[in-house]
Amino acid sequence: MLNTILPILIFTALALAVIGALRRIRLWRQGRPAPVNLFKGLAALPRRYLVDLHHVVARDKMISNTHVATAGGFVAAAVLMILVHGLGIASPLLGGLLLLASASMFVGSLFVARRRINPPARLSKGPWMRLPKSLMAFSVSVFLITLPTVGLLPEGLLEGSTSWFLVVVLVGLVAWGLGEMFFGMTWGGPMKHAFAGALHLAFHRRPERFSTKKGGGGRSTGLKALNLEDETAPLGVEKPADFTWNQLLGFDACVQCGRCEAACPALAAGQPLNPKKLIQDMVVGMAGGSDANYAGTPYPGKPVGEHHGTPHGPIVAPAALPEGASLVDAETLWSCTTCRACVEECPMMIEHVDAIVDMRRHLTLERGKTPNKGAEVLDNLIATDNLGGFDPGSRLNWAADLNLPRMADLQQVDVLLWLGDGSFDMRNQRTLRALVKVLRAAEVDFAVLGDEERDSGDVARRLGDEATFQSLAKRNIATLSKYRFQQIVTCDPHSFHVLGNEYGELGGVYEVRHHSTFIAELYDAGRLTFSPWKGGSVTYHDPCYLGRYNGEFEAPRNVLKALGIELKEMERSGSRSRCCGGGGGAPITDIPGKQRIPDMRMNDVKESGAELVAVGCPQCTAMLEGVVDTSAEVRDIAELVADALVERPAGEASGASRQPAATPTAEEVIV
Amino acid sequence: MPHNVNTLNDAELSVAVLVSVGRHPLTGRARRADHDARAVEMALSLGDASVQLMHAGDGGEACGDAMRGYLGMGISRVKRINQDPDADVVPALANILRFAAPQLVLTGTRAETGEGSGLVPYLLAETLGWTVVSGLAEIESIEQGVATVLQALPRGKRRRLKVRLPAIATVDSSAPAARQSAFGPARRGELADCACASVTDELQTQWRVQPARKRPKRLKIVKSASARDRFKAAAAKADSGGGQLLNDVTPEQGAEAIFTLLKEEGVLR
Repeated sequence: MLNTILPILIFTALALAVIGALRRIRLWRQGRPAPVNLFKGLAALPRRYLVDLHHVVARDKMISNTHVATAGGFVAAAVLMILVHGLGIASPLLGGLLLLASASMFVGSLFVARRRINPPARLSKGPWMRLPKSLMAFSVSVFLITLPTVGLLPEGLLEGSTSWFLVVVLVGLVAWGLGEMFFGMTWGGPMKHAFAGALHLAFHRRPERFSTKKGGGGRSTGLKALNLEDETAPLGVEKPADFTWNQLLGFDACVQCGRCEAACPALAAGQPLNPKKLIQDMVVGMAGGSDANYAGTPYPGKPVGEHHGTPHGPIVAPAALPEGASLVDAETLWSCTTCRACVEECPMMIEHVDAIVDMRRHLTLERGKTPNKGAEVLDNLIATDNLGGFDPGSRLNWAADLNLPRMADLQQVDVLLWLGDGSFDMRNQRTLRALVKVLRAAEVDFAVLGDEERDSGDVARRLGDEATFQSLAKRNIATLSKYRFQQIVTCDPHSFHVLGNEYGELGGVYEVRHHSTFIAELYDAGRLTFSPWKGGSVTYHDPCYLGRYNGEFEAPRNVLKALGIELKEMERSGSRSRCCGGGGGAPITDIPGKQRIPDMRMNDVKESGAELVAVGCPQCTAMLEGVVDTSAEVRDIAELVADALVERPAGEASGASRQPAATPTAEEVIV
Repeated sequence: MPHNVNTLNDAELSVAVLVSVGRHPLTGRARRADHDARAVEMALSLGDASVQLMHAGDGGEACGDAMRGYLGMGISRVKRINQDPDADVVPALANILRFAAPQLVLTGTRAETGEGSGLVPYLLAETLGWTVVSGLAEIESIEQGVATVLQALPRGKRRRLKVRLPAIATVDSSAPAARQSAFGPARRGELADCACASVTDELQTQWRVQPARKRPKRLKIVKSASARDRFKAAAAKADSGGGQLLNDVTPEQGAEAIFTLLKEEGVLR
């Protein structure tokens, strides 16, 4: 009897799964076209899954082992089940393998179940709570129906007239298992993450993120440029269908593990943002409906069930409609600091920040609704090329006594020192002066653009004003193309990121170094000597745009080590560093929360017991120093280095290498 | 902030806003002029009024940039009356306004470029025979051809006026700030050029133009000794203690009073 029911069940479930898959694909195809090499992506899928995704999952060993056992067991069991029970190839070898696979899956599902006994707050509940039971139903039932195949159970046991009860129970279990695992996978159950996730990995919008056999697996963090030449292309994302199809696919891949929300500084500060909920809202918008079925942490202060959307309806309610009449409120999008902690944590490699900036672009470029000081700052950038609306001719006023060499006079140097908009900020001017002192001590052949420099466009771009960003970027690129230099050094990680990772798409390719990297190189080359550290204990705060965006975790630590400092690391440091709250224009849009992000970060510093926090970013310095009543001092790495500089013996200094080509011009100017 | 302006007129209220090319005070880059942009904002906040933007000028590159600034506020087109660079724009504007016949004309108090005398609204009102109101802070309502407006006076004072339409009203920095100018609508918006005979401004051709100097500020002499008095003096705006309010006087008497004051202040010698 089972031999007739099982193939029917299996192939019905498979057929339904195929129908569901086609429906799901149709949902994704509502999005705009994106250039993806489908074949290459599919070919790269196994590696992306087994290597890159697994690396992220494996940050939690228990879960990665659980997932290997469960998912590996399931995939093997599903294939073998179709062969053995669907097609009736009852070989004992296949049967044995199937027993093994289902047993492995069962063991895995026990751990899944254990995790669900007292689940951490970041996990979604709802349908996810039944998943371990479904996994068990599938694995146990498959195990049991396979026992007769390998002859471990007398054939007659399930054939007799008395055993109909057993058969009904078994068939019921099989149906439940197949329903969750095959049918639910494409019709929107928790197992959807496997189907959408696999395709998402294959057709990811940033294939550079993944490793290949030759190595690699680089960071791909620069935002993608909008094509402003094409007047018919939408400026950013207004409605879910304005995302590219592979972005929609990416949203659908979310497994609601909540690692993003655990890392999100805005959520922790009580601002109305939760990256996980945002992605789920995009899924709701793509399929149409309300967010009432969401079973995880809501946006702080925003009850679940009040928002709804459609694929072709606006994501953020236009001014004519009241807030909450749409999918997401604008302040949710403006709470993000673009710190990328969520993207870094996401085991599905979903690109939250890209999506947020896409939606911000619409709000700024089409609706002119950049909140709070946003409009003023953008106007300043347009009119004066700097955030504060200062006279562009006063960019170098802080260095009036320093006699900084100008690119316009030298034309060619080794190092172009990019000052950034921090040159208008009195606090950052101290850092810049320290950096100049260090460069001079190491006899670096450098020059600045001076008044020719403009804001890099970082804030404009992250506030969604792609037009102003591209205008600034193109003019900066034109300026830089006039001069010859080997590398750009800057003490601003935001400029560093934009110059290094985002100007390339617009035609400006440069070798850019953060000052900490450059100082570390100078030290290694023996061009700097430091007096021993006499201060107290020190911790280091990783700037998001240096660390997570550009992978530079080591150089600042090496510099501090060279200074003789033994770091007291904070609990959240390196790639898991907590944002200072200063990125993405967040201090400008200033969405209120229950507490401030920099306060939380200074609390981290306090918990580490350090008396001084070393930073490497003007934004971080401003944000952290703005915290009142702290026990720790905030100093830039350049300042610490400048304070520790020791004059080298005279003979050594004169023999130091200077670029002979540039020397005569340099002296002409300085004298 | 949408105002609740009751328009009980049978016909839709039509508002024309005269806009000029602005200039950033630090960099001199062309932009929407601040006061004119506030005038556009005020027109847009009038609920369902039909708003028409007009500009008369030489239509150079700076003009295009500045007009895009206004279009970005969500305006679909700016009517651009092309004039010679040395033309007087008042006759052209008067012509076009007479033809378009809006009920209300809004504009900034003075332009940021060109002559910047702030006289255009007065000259237009004189030519057209319309009422002119200066320093509008808010339009409260427009009913049956009469607008109730709040006029801004120094030190945050407001005066409620009833103005019979058609009228020309100027807007300065006491009006609500202009909304953000967005790239998308600015790019889509249309600059509708139309020609109109230029009347050369003969007077202006004889002028010599030079950058303005900063005007000297009157020093505040604080005689008091106590902190409270010094604080009051610091918080108070420089105000003229010896002012004179003239009510119901003939124009000659008024002119005489102004003439005397200018002499006293040393403006006229």
